[in-house]
Amino acid sequence: MSMKESSGNMLNKDFWIQNVLLSDAGEYPAEIDKKLKYLRREKVEKPLIMVGMNTCSIIAGAKKTYDEIQQYLEERKIKAELVAVGCDGFCAMEPLVSVQLPGKTRVAFRNVTSEKVSFILDSILNNIIPEEYTLCQFPDNQHELWKDAEFQRDIPFYSLQKRSLLELSGKIDPENIHDYLAFGGYRAFLKTIRNFTPEKVCEVLEKSGLQGRGGGGFLAGTKWKLAHSTPADQRYVICNAYDSDPGAFSNRALIEANPHLLIEGLAIAAYAVGTSKAYIYIRNDYVLATERLNKALKDVVSMGLVGHNIHGSGFNLDIIIRKGAGAFVCGEETALISSVEGKRGMPRTKPPYPATMGLFGKPTVVNNVETLANVPGIFRYGPDYLNVNGNEQFRGTKLIVLNGKVKNHGVIEVPMGTNLRSIVFDIGGGIKNSGIFKAAQIGGPSGGFLVGENLDIPLDYSALKEQGIFLGSGGITILDTQNCIIDTVKFFMDFIQKESCGKCIPCREGSRRMLEIFENITKRPIAESRHTTLERFKGVMQLESMAEVIKDTSLCGLGQKAPNPVLSSLNLFRSEYEEHIFDRNCTAGVCKELRLFHIDVEKCTGCTVCKPKCPTEAIIGTKVHPHFIIEEKCIGCGICFDVCKFSAISVR
Amino acid sequence: MDEKQLTGILEKYPPSNRESLIPILQEIQDVNGYLSESMIVEVGKYVKMPTSKIFGLSTFFNQFRFEPPAKFIIRVCHGTSCHVNDSNSVLAEFEKKYKLRPGQISRDGMFGLEITGCMGACGIGPVMEINGDYYTEVKASVIKGIIDSYIHKEE
Repeated sequence: MSMKESSGNMLNKDFWIQNVLLSDAGEYPAEIDKKLKYLRREKVEKPLIMVGMNTCSIIAGAKKTYDEIQQYLEERKIKAELVAVGCDGFCAMEPLVSVQLPGKTRVAFRNVTSEKVSFILDSILNNIIPEEYTLCQFPDNQHELWKDAEFQRDIPFYSLQKRSLLELSGKIDPENIHDYLAFGGYRAFLKTIRNFTPEKVCEVLEKSGLQGRGGGGFLAGTKWKLAHSTPADQRYVICNAYDSDPGAFSNRALIEANPHLLIEGLAIAAYAVGTSKAYIYIRNDYVLATERLNKALKDVVSMGLVGHNIHGSGFNLDIIIRKGAGAFVCGEETALISSVEGKRGMPRTKPPYPATMGLFGKPTVVNNVETLANVPGIFRYGPDYLNVNGNEQFRGTKLIVLNGKVKNHGVIEVPMGTNLRSIVFDIGGGIKNSGIFKAAQIGGPSGGFLVGENLDIPLDYSALKEQGIFLGSGGITILDTQNCIIDTVKFFMDFIQKESCGKCIPCREGSRRMLEIFENITKRPIAESRHTTLERFKGVMQLESMAEVIKDTSLCGLGQKAPNPVLSSLNLFRSEYEEHIFDRNCTAGVCKELRLFHIDVEKCTGCTVCKPKCPTEAIIGTKVHPHFIIEEKCIGCGICFDVCKFSAISVR
Repeated sequence: MDEKQLTGILEKYPPSNRESLIPILQEIQDVNGYLSESMIVEVGKYVKMPTSKIFGLSTFFNQFRFEPPAKFIIRVCHGTSCHVNDSNSVLAEFEKKYKLRPGQISRDGMFGLEITGCMGACGIGPVMEINGDYYTEVKASVIKGIIDSYIHKEE
């Protein structure tokens, strides 16, 4: 995007290196500090307008809003700085536009679609707050407050979060390295390679207690140490940016809003492990994220922060972006490695772990985006950095994607151990369209369900494990009473069945059989003969034992965790299963093939429109007389319902 | 795509190197829209691998197409959130009205229907994308209007 107007571009490389990056003092000299304040946009000389612009924002219409603002400013010849920043996570409020006038605090407006632009800018540039579109203001002690705007700290969505990874999301231009540098970026990396030996780096990380955020919960420092201490002529670090869980996109949100955070973390990891080649493995359809990463890489190379003999340290680093070609299983580390090698993305047995034998048979560290994004903070503030948040067992914060039928959907960052009820009802704001909460689905296809009574548990790996849930990539989908649990589990089974790589039998065949069972119980048996009813019952009886077998015998994490939604829902929603199987009824009305149609004799005129349309000849009746549907023959396709002109047909 | 373009792409990568196979195929598809048999044969000669192996690899991944794509590619998000917001009714409408199932292309080559992984606009689902234009909170009833607008554009 061509929106570079920031004064940062006028500063040269030497300024940054001499005065900012390499200055050892905790505080910068007054003159430099003043410059940085402007670069951080803490102070502005002319009006500043920031538009959140991630993929999620663009889908919501932010690009149009941005163009509209640009046109507005040009037409009126207003001198203002317009910046496209990343999304700050509050997706429900997108397109999100914030405005800062000289001397005043910054104020954010919500759902600014392009047609609202001129009204909002007319008001705010004339010092009037358009209250109906105002989200909040960001008070600080240097600026005059607006009278009629809520403070950001009073909004539960923000106040209950602890934002360390997302701190700069929505504040900086992700395509401008100067923004990141002005906030102290890459200082941790340079400090690390100048002052620490790789062994020391691994030690510090181990001490910090950072666990892999992909779900395994393995100490990242231990993994690094293992790879570092394995003798080899080449080692590799791979950043797993593949998040392909349906309904979880926290990695992408982070990369799009702040790509340099990941690159800095990856560079420190590469130094610690002792490699000169690092990969970022990203999903192919993450176009904008890849674009921003490419731009960020170009910038760090031209700054000399990545490349040959970085700042005289003798450390060389080359970062390569690899686009995944679309296979869910490539989120598993061994499958990912074989895909980078140019082979089918199929997992292999572990051990040997990649840390000792990975890419091209060399020691390889695979960390996900969130894990690596935690690293710069640890080296900037010291090994106790993560202790501020979280509990004793699980330190730091966790990114969560809240979606489904929740009011405030978006990407949030909460301390480990936060109460799940508070995540759903305080940060999430409860159920949208005044629906009634039914369950929270956590962890996508490898996770499970939680109902209301169980929501009072802390968000950490072990508490969730007790409930049979695997946090995975941190997606939480909220279901209300209009959602059918069986249908949701069927959706996950369909997903797993399609994405199973086919290498091991339990996952390949098991997931298909399980899907068949789900398809069977969500449709009405057409003919009672041929033992269809018996097959249905038999299938359901086998569901549980089959799930256990798949769990125990599958090769990789994908298969081992695939039955989790089934087991968890059988445990919590057995009555809903029974309703589908015995009563052939779906209360939520989602399972369409279980619907029953009924003709109202009062309303039916006997026009005979529906009769010939019925594919199973379930409708009987003669002209002018009310018709009748034979329940046993009806397959619930709904064609008669659609064609009836007199609304005589109703659904049960 | 002609031979010259293909050679241009191939020469960017080191020969006889399996590691660059997926990036090569991705770049060819970006330029050409799909992978044809003759291209795969050429790629095989360049990386020194049998054609069968490359087919084996490329059919494993969802990304690769082996038929020319439709003029307008309709992509319906199939993430969990879009699913609970009833994206299935959108797919059902395509099947009912246009006889299009995911993965199929209409007979005139105008529209192709695909389902995608989560697009990440979870609150405003179901999300649908047609050649870069996004439609949010799509309901079965509005599809005809959207499709008609593309047919109009063509005329």
